[in-house]
Amino acid sequence: MLVKFFFLLRGAGVPASIPEFLTLLEALAAGLADASAERFYHLARTCLVKDERHYDRFDRAFAAHFKGVEDAFSLPPADLPADWLAKLAEKHLSAEEKARIAALGGWEKLMQTLRERLAEQKGRHQGGDKWVGTAGTSPYGAYGYNPEGVRIGQDQSRHRRAVKVWDRREFANLDDDVELGTRNMKLALRKLRRFARRGAAEELALADTIDATARAGGWLEVKMVPERRNLVKVLLLLDIGGSMDDHVRASAELFSAARSEFKHLEQFYFHNMPYERLWRDNRRRGGTEVPTFEVMRTYAADYRLIIVGDATMSPYEVSHAGASVEHWNAESGEAWLRRLLNAYPHHAWINPQARPLWEETPSIALVRALLESRMYPLTLAGLDDAIAELV
Amino acid sequence: MGGGFQGTERYVATPELTAAVNAAVILSRPLLIKGEPGTGKTLLASEIATSLAKPLFEWHIKSTTKAQQGLYEYDAVSRLRDSQLGDARVKDIHNYIVKGDLWEAFDSDVQPVLLIDEIDKADIEFPNDLLRELDRMEFYVYETRQTVRAKHRPIIIITSNNEKELPDAFLRRCFFHYIRFPDEATMTHIVDVHFPGLKRELVREALAAFFALRETPGLKKKPTTSELLDWIKLLVAEDIAPEALRGTDSRSLIPPLHGALLKNEQDLHLFEQLVFLNRRNAR
Repeated sequence: MLVKFFFLLRGAGVPASIPEFLTLLEALAAGLADASAERFYHLARTCLVKDERHYDRFDRAFAAHFKGVEDAFSLPPADLPADWLAKLAEKHLSAEEKARIAALGGWEKLMQTLRERLAEQKGRHQGGDKWVGTAGTSPYGAYGYNPEGVRIGQDQSRHRRAVKVWDRREFANLDDDVELGTRNMKLALRKLRRFARRGAAEELALADTIDATARAGGWLEVKMVPERRNLVKVLLLLDIGGSMDDHVRASAELFSAARSEFKHLEQFYFHNMPYERLWRDNRRRGGTEVPTFEVMRTYAADYRLIIVGDATMSPYEVSHAGASVEHWNAESGEAWLRRLLNAYPHHAWINPQARPLWEETPSIALVRALLESRMYPLTLAGLDDAIAELV
Repeated sequence: MGGGFQGTERYVATPELTAAVNAAVILSRPLLIKGEPGTGKTLLASEIATSLAKPLFEWHIKSTTKAQQGLYEYDAVSRLRDSQLGDARVKDIHNYIVKGDLWEAFDSDVQPVLLIDEIDKADIEFPNDLLRELDRMEFYVYETRQTVRAKHRPIIIITSNNEKELPDAFLRRCFFHYIRFPDEATMTHIVDVHFPGLKRELVREALAAFFALRETPGLKKKPTTSELLDWIKLLVAEDIAPEALRGTDSRSLIPPLHGALLKNEQDLHLFEQLVFLNRRNAR
């Protein structure tokens, strides 16, 4: 009977493995559940769930199985009604978005991808960004789309990743959550960690020791070098809203990867171009705005400035004062960007927009010129280059 | 279940937590503990050790800690030095193998409790480097060509503050428990355990003020259980009357001695602003 439960769990997106399942059986054989449903629940959760973000999925699967109600989890991916989805998409996509879909291979291809994703989802849970949620009563929620993939989300909030919405129930602190699949990016980011050698003597410096020993006529002379410490400081500016919505997932992944890699990581948000104010909270509410000057005063020039943005906007936002889409800016985006770049000699702009589009978009060309070509695509190779530039 | 871990006089464990601990003890799997700071993650190991009367070994992880350091370190520098001074010890390499915390725990004659504290502080490869050691409870010492096996599989408690994602292969080998922030009933129990004989009224008012403070939106760092306990200690020491904690009088909206609860400038500032707004609205 538990095998069924196990598969239900996996279907619900709890990435439990066979050894973990066997461990649970072993625990049951050891009499740990003690014929109590509640104890069994705790025991099963301890054995099978390894992340508090999955507690909620587990709870739902558990309830479904042990009440005999399975409908909430039985997604029939094969017979997803295509016209149902199309109708839904009609309702939610703007004309502009539809044009973009056409550019990317058309509606049929998109639906094909979607079907594949859903079929895959039936078999296994592969990373948070692919999963189709079953929160609430309907397995199909609002429909979201971005060039990197297809998302089906229920009540997707604009600046959060779709998958997070279901997970938020009780346990998650979203901003710090790390998605599966960020590991590649982490590896690239690790290169940024320059182990500047400062601090107390700790390690044996072999070459120095040999040299000193030879000079002392064979009498051992031990030389030490300072312990390694991660001294790289990063000031991360993330573009949100507007045209960045398409890239939210990619940027968020970068952000969560970065969060865990650096000791000193300060992140701020801006819209389109950094103007006189940045903000701390990506919901941009509740007094989290900070004057850009204050940021520049607070964080010294030894911070590495990484700006993540698609730089896709009206060219006037770069070149003219008063052109910001959301407020009156007394000075142009260009002036502010120059100020930031001067304040932080080590800087790079990471652009999630596909590289071929760079030449076609006037604002990207403008920003790139300001950066003296230190703009890199959001790919592993691009990150490598950016990091090589920063270190 | 009769025996096993049930919490101690000074440590209130929820049934979920005791279930997780007992499963980990009986099946001798490492138990990974996550949760908000101040919910007693680190304390858990020593309480288990006390309650089950077992020795405790602690391995505190720093950002520079390497997995090897928990096993052993070969002190080649001392050996070189000794060789020049003609020390007799130099003949035996065993004299220069310095045992790490994991080795010490493996060597224990009775089953020990081993705490690996804040594993997420270390490098991302750290947990992967410990897979075999935690799985088989043995490791190989290259310098002396011996295999060290645990005499008794230690009860391993690992804590994490979620600063880094832990690798799947590592997670599969552990049991996992997330300590939730206690609800009001559990919190009352915790306060009772720490301050027996405290005036009921003071406890009630203090908890109400505490939970209200936690609800304040936008706080950088919410006050935690350990901070609550410190604060109550102060309240008792200063002999504050329960009435002073009640928020009805708008002048006393800022709880007395709030420094014990709010630990950074911005939070304090934010809180004072909110209180100010509140007061103005009340007028």
